[in-house]
Amino acid sequence: MTSPLEQKKIKIAGPSVVTANRTWDGIVVYRTAAKSWSADLSEAAIVRNSDEAKALLAESVVDDVGAIGPYIAPVQVGEDGKILPGNLREQIRRTGVTIGQPAQV
Amino acid sequence: MYAYDEIDRTLVNERVSEFRDQVKRRLSGELTEDEFKILRLQNGVYLQLHAYMFRVAIPYGTLATNQLRALAHVARKYDRGYGHFTTRQNIQFNWIKLAELPDALADLAEVGIHAMQTSGNNMRNVTSDQWAGVAPGEIEDPRIWSELIRQHTTLHPEFSFLPRKFKIAITASDHDRAAIKIHDIGLRLIKNEKGETGFEVLVGGGLGRTPFIAKTIKHFVHGRDILSYIEAILRVYNQYGRRDNIYKARIKILVHELGIEKFSREVEDEWQHIRNSSLQIDDEVIEDIRSRFTYPAYEKLPHMPDELRQAAADPEFEAWRKNSVAPHKVPGYSIVTISLKPTGGPPGDATAEQMDALADLADKYSFGEIRVGHEQNLALPHVAKRDLPALWKALDKLGLATPNVNLITDIIACPGLDYCSLANARSIPIAQELTRRFANHELANLIGRLHINISGCINACGHHHVGHIGILGVEKNGEEVYQITIGGRADENAALGTLIGPGVKFDEVADVVEDIVEAYLALRERPEELFMDTVKRLGVEPFKERVYATR
Repeated sequence: MTSPLEQKKIKIAGPSVVTANRTWDGIVVYRTAAKSWSADLSEAAIVRNSDEAKALLAESVVDDVGAIGPYIAPVQVGEDGKILPGNLREQIRRTGVTIGQPAQV
Repeated sequence: MYAYDEIDRTLVNERVSEFRDQVKRRLSGELTEDEFKILRLQNGVYLQLHAYMFRVAIPYGTLATNQLRALAHVARKYDRGYGHFTTRQNIQFNWIKLAELPDALADLAEVGIHAMQTSGNNMRNVTSDQWAGVAPGEIEDPRIWSELIRQHTTLHPEFSFLPRKFKIAITASDHDRAAIKIHDIGLRLIKNEKGETGFEVLVGGGLGRTPFIAKTIKHFVHGRDILSYIEAILRVYNQYGRRDNIYKARIKILVHELGIEKFSREVEDEWQHIRNSSLQIDDEVIEDIRSRFTYPAYEKLPHMPDELRQAAADPEFEAWRKNSVAPHKVPGYSIVTISLKPTGGPPGDATAEQMDALADLADKYSFGEIRVGHEQNLALPHVAKRDLPALWKALDKLGLATPNVNLITDIIACPGLDYCSLANARSIPIAQELTRRFANHELANLIGRLHINISGCINACGHHHVGHIGILGVEKNGEEVYQITIGGRADENAALGTLIGPGVKFDEVADVVEDIVEAYLALRERPEELFMDTVKRLGVEPFKERVYATR
């Protein structure tokens, strides 16, 4: 859960994705294998070692208009291939705040 | 209220046009994010976990009802129907779209609100006592001086690219409600022996990763010299402040490393060059600003009207009145604090409907004025005592009459990991659980004044260092862990809390707070001995023992 703003070295311990926020509205997006952004984690390109992660991040950074602040985030990949966020921070980014929002309570 | 002049209106409107163009160029790709980031930050736009966050300034915490309605409008039209009041008299919207931000800013500009310098390495919103101008015993209204400094520092070219952000707070009362000792510059308005207005100037306070309580750099600076003295401090900071290391860039580090004596000599030298310049303030300037603040036409009203006497028979009303209603400088009137800390709710949040309804109540009962305090509550500053029962009923219908001001559930909390990209742990769910644990009003009253502050990371936006009980969320091996401090305070006797021991897990925090409270209730010598008095008398050891004996 260390903030990725403090992410200095790209060293991954397991399956990971590149995530960012879409520029025009700020929503959470993931880099796809088709070199575009998707709001659906299941469409994210999975990388499994540091070289792949570096390459995907380098390719993502180029699209500065589409999304901002790309970084590598851990995920878990189930036996059925389902992709889940790898830590609480990414879980919150994917599913939203863990509290009721005032206007909905 | 302060009435903006044509210069202010032009400045705000021009800023909206400028930012609209910058956003357009960003979305077209003409500006890269690296180029745009500093521009958006200077307009209060952060990127958080789920979306952009938009921070709007409420200078010295004073809002007119049309301004509160405009904030409600922004919450409703551009966000998700609510806003979050912060610890520095700002409001934040958590779900704003960059493409719509210029329109939101334009809507706010119509009522004189803006987001300039609510982020970035510049002079932030100048904050003050939320009871300014109405508190009994106040020396004079500190907002006049806050406004002077606001005008001088807004878009000041020399101070737009400081080593790091810079915050000023002003108080004019003996009891410090503006937390001046945890600011980069704290100003305490005083009078000298000739009866002239001036300031005790404090410098180098701040929390975050390296917390310091501000030190007095000069015991009296005449009001006419306050701009030049502040400017001298800023110049020394601008020259010597660390730009090479973000963690050492705040003025508190410079003051600490140079020592207050050397730092004050540097400031004094600089000040002698500029104090007799155009920065010296003419009385007419102050009087012009003073004349732009309007004060209500108070009536001559009884101290104990019949309405209040009758309502006193209702224990629920009395419970609310006792901790939400404070004396006013004018007989027959009161200051009413409105708790934004409902049981189970996120501290400091208000819905658009609540903001609109509160604006209506302020028009009806408080001469159209609302205040915002650093404790993340609101206040109605001019309520006739005869109107208190009716106001209470109306607030209760809105969910804004929780009788917990200054009690254990009046918690200050940052947005934490639910919203913030810097956070390591959640803050709001901890606060929510604590408000449920201590929801019993009789228990909360029995405990008495006790402030809990929660931060979701070391940046300390929830001011955990100065909470009577401070809770800091950190991350350890992928888990949220919370460090607990006790004995901090943010008032005129400001102090940093002491860590009581190893961090505890998310699920244990409320239990630990209960243990601390139980220890306090058992240890206090008499019911009037407040939590902080017991901590002062006994130190942290008995509390540490109680918390860790079974863990």
